[in-house]
Amino acid sequence: MVAERKIADDKTVVKVKNDMDIMDQTRGLNYEENLLWEKGYGDHPGVDLPTAKGTPSRTGLPARGKVGLPQLSEPQVLRHFVRLSTKNYSIDHGFFPLGSCTMKHNPRINEKIARLPGFGGIHPMQPESTVQGALRVMFELQEILGELTNLRGVCLTPAAGAHGELAGLMTIRRAHEMNGQGHRKVILVPDSAHGTNPATAAMCDYTLRVIPTKEGGRVTVEAFKEALGDGKDVAGMMVTNPNTCGLFESDIIQCADLLHKAGGYFYCDGANFNALVGKVRPGDFGVDVMHINLHKTFSTPHGGGGPGSGPICVNEKLRLYLPMPLVVKNADGSYHLEVEGERATSMGRLKGFQGQFGMHIRALTYILSHGADGLKQVAEDAVLNANYILSQLQDDYYVPFAGPCMHECLLTDKLQKESGVTTLDIAKTLIEHGMHPMTTFFPLVVSGAMLIEPTETESKESMDRFITVMKSVASDVKAGDSDKFHQFPLSAPRRRLDETKAAREPVLRWKA
Amino acid sequence: MIFEYQTFIAQLTGQDIANASMYDGATGAAEAALMAMRVTKRDKVVLGNTLHPHYRDVVATYINNQQGASLVDGKPDAQTACVIIQTPDFHGTPHNLADWRKMCDETGALLVVVVNEILSLGLLPAPVEADIVCGEAQSVGVAMSYGGPHLGFFATKEKYLRQMPGRLCGMTVDADGKRGFVLTLNTREQHIRREKATSNICTNQGLMALAFTVHMALLGEGGFKQLSTLNHERACDLADALTKAGLKVENQNFFNEFVIDLGKPAQAVVDKLATQGIIAGLALSGNKLLVAATEMTTDEHIKTFVNALKEVL
Repeated sequence: MVAERKIADDKTVVKVKNDMDIMDQTRGLNYEENLLWEKGYGDHPGVDLPTAKGTPSRTGLPARGKVGLPQLSEPQVLRHFVRLSTKNYSIDHGFFPLGSCTMKHNPRINEKIARLPGFGGIHPMQPESTVQGALRVMFELQEILGELTNLRGVCLTPAAGAHGELAGLMTIRRAHEMNGQGHRKVILVPDSAHGTNPATAAMCDYTLRVIPTKEGGRVTVEAFKEALGDGKDVAGMMVTNPNTCGLFESDIIQCADLLHKAGGYFYCDGANFNALVGKVRPGDFGVDVMHINLHKTFSTPHGGGGPGSGPICVNEKLRLYLPMPLVVKNADGSYHLEVEGERATSMGRLKGFQGQFGMHIRALTYILSHGADGLKQVAEDAVLNANYILSQLQDDYYVPFAGPCMHECLLTDKLQKESGVTTLDIAKTLIEHGMHPMTTFFPLVVSGAMLIEPTETESKESMDRFITVMKSVASDVKAGDSDKFHQFPLSAPRRRLDETKAAREPVLRWKA
Repeated sequence: MIFEYQTFIAQLTGQDIANASMYDGATGAAEAALMAMRVTKRDKVVLGNTLHPHYRDVVATYINNQQGASLVDGKPDAQTACVIIQTPDFHGTPHNLADWRKMCDETGALLVVVVNEILSLGLLPAPVEADIVCGEAQSVGVAMSYGGPHLGFFATKEKYLRQMPGRLCGMTVDADGKRGFVLTLNTREQHIRREKATSNICTNQGLMALAFTVHMALLGEGGFKQLSTLNHERACDLADALTKAGLKVENQNFFNEFVIDLGKPAQAVVDKLATQGIIAGLALSGNKLLVAATEMTTDEHIKTFVNALKEVL
């Protein structure tokens, strides 16, 4: 059926393809919902605003014509988003073992504190005397992150993990330039690295030299030495530890020593800090600079893609070159936000204002509500949970690198692939069972990777349910009953989506 | 929801397509400059007018880390990758883009337009002349929160799609032929393309984009334009009250921000008024003060502010 709808003003009537078809597919509580623009054009907006007085315009430019926005009432808008929300899966629905993303529970106390008007309602450029509380939050977070990493120079401004990487590499670059080492243009990156690492190096105009991961899934001293060469052109290395195979890099101190002797800096991707927090300080295993994902380790919400927050922590060698601005404590106990020109050695400003301040508050709330003992238990339980899953599934799935693992475990589809069931099918089967899949096909160093990160906030009951589903897939495949897996999901709001069509014939916005 | 967000941004900016968000307006401007360098294979970025100083610093940081790239003020020439124009500019003046478009056409540079108050697009013409429009959408549904998390937007023409940074949501169908949505065109992105990606951006400002989309849906066509008009009217009221009090409004034209001359150092005035519970505005160099009004500004606020200013001047 094709419906007629008034679009974006009260005159134009256009035929809306699929409109009523979509609404008609609603069954039970499974609402089908059309787009805002397909819901008609009401007489009034969803908000009441004062009437304009009709003051003659002083913009010096002609007034904007029709924008083409929809116009709906408050209940229409409310229902629209509530219905869409029922088609999402979130950490508040259930198990979310998305490896490398640390999808842990977001404690609600964080939200309460971040929404206090004295935090949420302050302007980024208010006089310093009026924002001492906000600056103290930032200063205390800087101090705590410095303590947890033993990297005492902390800059909170980076907006996400990848932005922290950029901040870290630009800090390294600045340090080399200021020390007459600007000719160093190579960054060493293991083949197991997150895609952001090579992309970040490229944004800093660095060239990459890849360290191949040998059979154990780790960077060995031999492989590192080979990649380092004489090291004269090497600016630094980027290593994730624990790495993306869920393993602690056991040769890391020796590699760091060799790198330092050759004049390079060690950048640690902090995506997997949840395995170490409170237990191991990265500064103690040779790291010079590291970013922290507040939205992973420190529980700030990042559903659907952010906001993140990626502060960087550096040691004394790099402190002077950190991005602007840092919060410093004055002799009189007041707090001060650095202003332009105050620290001439800085690599510069990387983001407007002071970073994702609302995330700084949430992270500090999380840290203070856990305390030192609580944070230590976070890492211990995260590692314990991952090893529990590994121990339960190691007879059913191929384990490319022997455990024990850190906070995430890596399996592959090697045993199932012979019967035609791949990692993709297994992921879709988990959706059919009401669970979010693990990270699939990453890391790239193994074929058909399944990277499982349960986090410390998961109960044994939900992990057991996951294990049961995974075991039943493996046993069905073994028994020859494998065809059914290609059709899943059958019960989700949508079945497998045609990604090729989306890329070949891109439709990226609604159009009348 | 992300598809709806992308549609809102594309409609407001008069561009063909928009991505799923950037960290903020400043990093969006920096990514626009890098994108223009990729498209034109040139390495000079020109600032055409007064860009917000933080935006300027962030663009400079990104550019300074590119071999051979430079950032200069002025007009485009045959080496220019893009000209960046902020409208309204940092001092509040809206700009006509036609002349800049002409200069860009003559030199082969891209025109990057920064809109760091998205609400202005309800009253000012859509920047259709631009090749890339980026900026800040915090004022629609997102808390100020001392500077973050805010909402950077990024829109461009369809022909530049494959050089665009950031996530993109696209429409498709599922195995039963039902309409559905996916993140698409990720062969541009870091998790596929690694060092050849258009950007390293991964996590963006998803929850802020959601807040913006809900707020935009509530405002609708009528509400958005009304809100924009109210901002301008309150700014006109503020300008009139300040002029009446004998202060000089520097701008001939403005949207909801403008510069006044206090006749004495502005920073001292701002500090003094802060002790009386009044955030006066942003002190610029010398005697200049940048002030703003919004739909939240009442007659009482204006009266209190003008009286307090009179007392200290």
